[in-house]
Amino acid sequence: MSSVLFDVPGPKARARNRGLAVVGVLAIAALIGFIIYRFAVAGQFDGKMWTWIEYTTVQEDLLSALLNTLKAFAAGAVLAILFGAVFAVGRLSDRAIFRVPSTIIVEFFRAIPLVVMIFAFHYGLALGAPFYSVVLGLTLYNGSVLAEIFRAGILSLPRGQGEAAYALGMRKTQAMNLVLLPQALRAMLPTIISQLVVLLKDTALGFIITYEELLRYARYLGGIAEFGRPLVPVTLVVGAIYITMCLLLTALAKYLEKRNRRNKKVTPGVAAKGEEIQLTAEAAGGGAAATL
Amino acid sequence: MDVLFDNLDLYGPGFLTTVELFALAAVGSLIWGTILAMLRVSPVPVFRAAATTYVTLFRNTPLTLIFFFFALAFPLLKIVQISFFTAAVTALILYTSAFVCEVLRSGINTVPVGQAEAGRALGLTFGQILGSVVLPQAGRTVVPPMVSTMIALLKNTTVAAGFSVVEAGAIQSYLSERGYNVFVGMLWVALFFIILVIPMTLLQRSLEKRWSVAR
Repeated sequence: MSSVLFDVPGPKARARNRGLAVVGVLAIAALIGFIIYRFAVAGQFDGKMWTWIEYTTVQEDLLSALLNTLKAFAAGAVLAILFGAVFAVGRLSDRAIFRVPSTIIVEFFRAIPLVVMIFAFHYGLALGAPFYSVVLGLTLYNGSVLAEIFRAGILSLPRGQGEAAYALGMRKTQAMNLVLLPQALRAMLPTIISQLVVLLKDTALGFIITYEELLRYARYLGGIAEFGRPLVPVTLVVGAIYITMCLLLTALAKYLEKRNRRNKKVTPGVAAKGEEIQLTAEAAGGGAAATL
Repeated sequence: MDVLFDNLDLYGPGFLTTVELFALAAVGSLIWGTILAMLRVSPVPVFRAAATTYVTLFRNTPLTLIFFFFALAFPLLKIVQISFFTAAVTALILYTSAFVCEVLRSGINTVPVGQAEAGRALGLTFGQILGSVVLPQAGRTVVPPMVSTMIALLKNTTVAAGFSVVEAGAIQSYLSERGYNVFVGMLWVALFFIILVIPMTLLQRSLEKRWSVAR
């Protein structure tokens, strides 16, 4: 493989790279080996620690905990997309009465940690079941980030698109709904889905306010004495489940991105702006400062 | 106002811990993230693969789960006994560095090909090209997303509240014990975060202006 950063390696460089590769493999193997060794010494690989996985009730409970995670994800995703669309249009409005409040709301909810929001809703407002606080938090936070993504998508469309719509005699609402939003949505779809990965990961925060989701069940399962308190095995399994779900969503985003690149209906360059917002939003926080 | 001033003994140390967590994790994740980014573009395929795997795994794991591991499962392995605070810093560094790496890598992609080619024409090695030509330019272009990543890190410190690290996010449980209105209490915490975020945004703007590369 050649890269801009280094030449195609010659014989000397190949030998050196091979040497480095060997050192690298040894170092990584040593690290993984050490981790496995510590796990083994701590008895985490004992048969007893893994028996829980064979119980039908445990499997069923694990599945229903996963369903709870997915429920929060689905509700949060739908509401966040709605919230995002409404507030993106609000921020782009010509009228200050819509624009100013939308801007304040979006910037406010992006600047506050989701944990603080969830705490405030659950313990402060006592919304009842933890599910509501989790979903409300996910909606407000990710909805605000999505609003920025939608807005960036609309703003980065060629000016001619809006102008042509007005030239045809469309009203602002028509131009937005019929011309601008559909194009922006299509271009932003991969970014939107990547943001949903963030939302999926954030459902794990429900753990903190005792929402009975996957991580909460892991905590419970890991504490059962009968199974030898299998915290490490449970963490590994639950981690694998989360990573698989997120990778599936990421794969969908990548597929759509590839299709977008082939599709002539998508304005090139529009998606790039969204990617920049997303990259930073993905760290599980949009930051009040994603520059636009 | 009362909630804040009556409980300054809570808010003071809580906010201080947040700032400490943030500062340590920021420095740590910038260093580790840069190393990962260098590995990801290195000429040795094994290094590239290892760094890519790391980034993929950590980007797709909830931060809460990483905290969960360090707070609950890690002590069982009896490798070293670490405090909750150290565990929180470690979890934040491991998680955030994956994003720092991605931001830097996107920055490396924006550096014109000619820059690296010129370096190679001068006979610079891979390390020299990366260290003196490409990374300094990449670092400057990624100031805005990097600061946003750091703001995300700042907000993520609150996850530590779920795992008995006394920082700003944990204040609510003490407030409710003392019988104060938790919602108002959390509004103060929210305000604190907004106050911390604003100087970072200003810093971002000024760095962006001062450091931007003429191209």
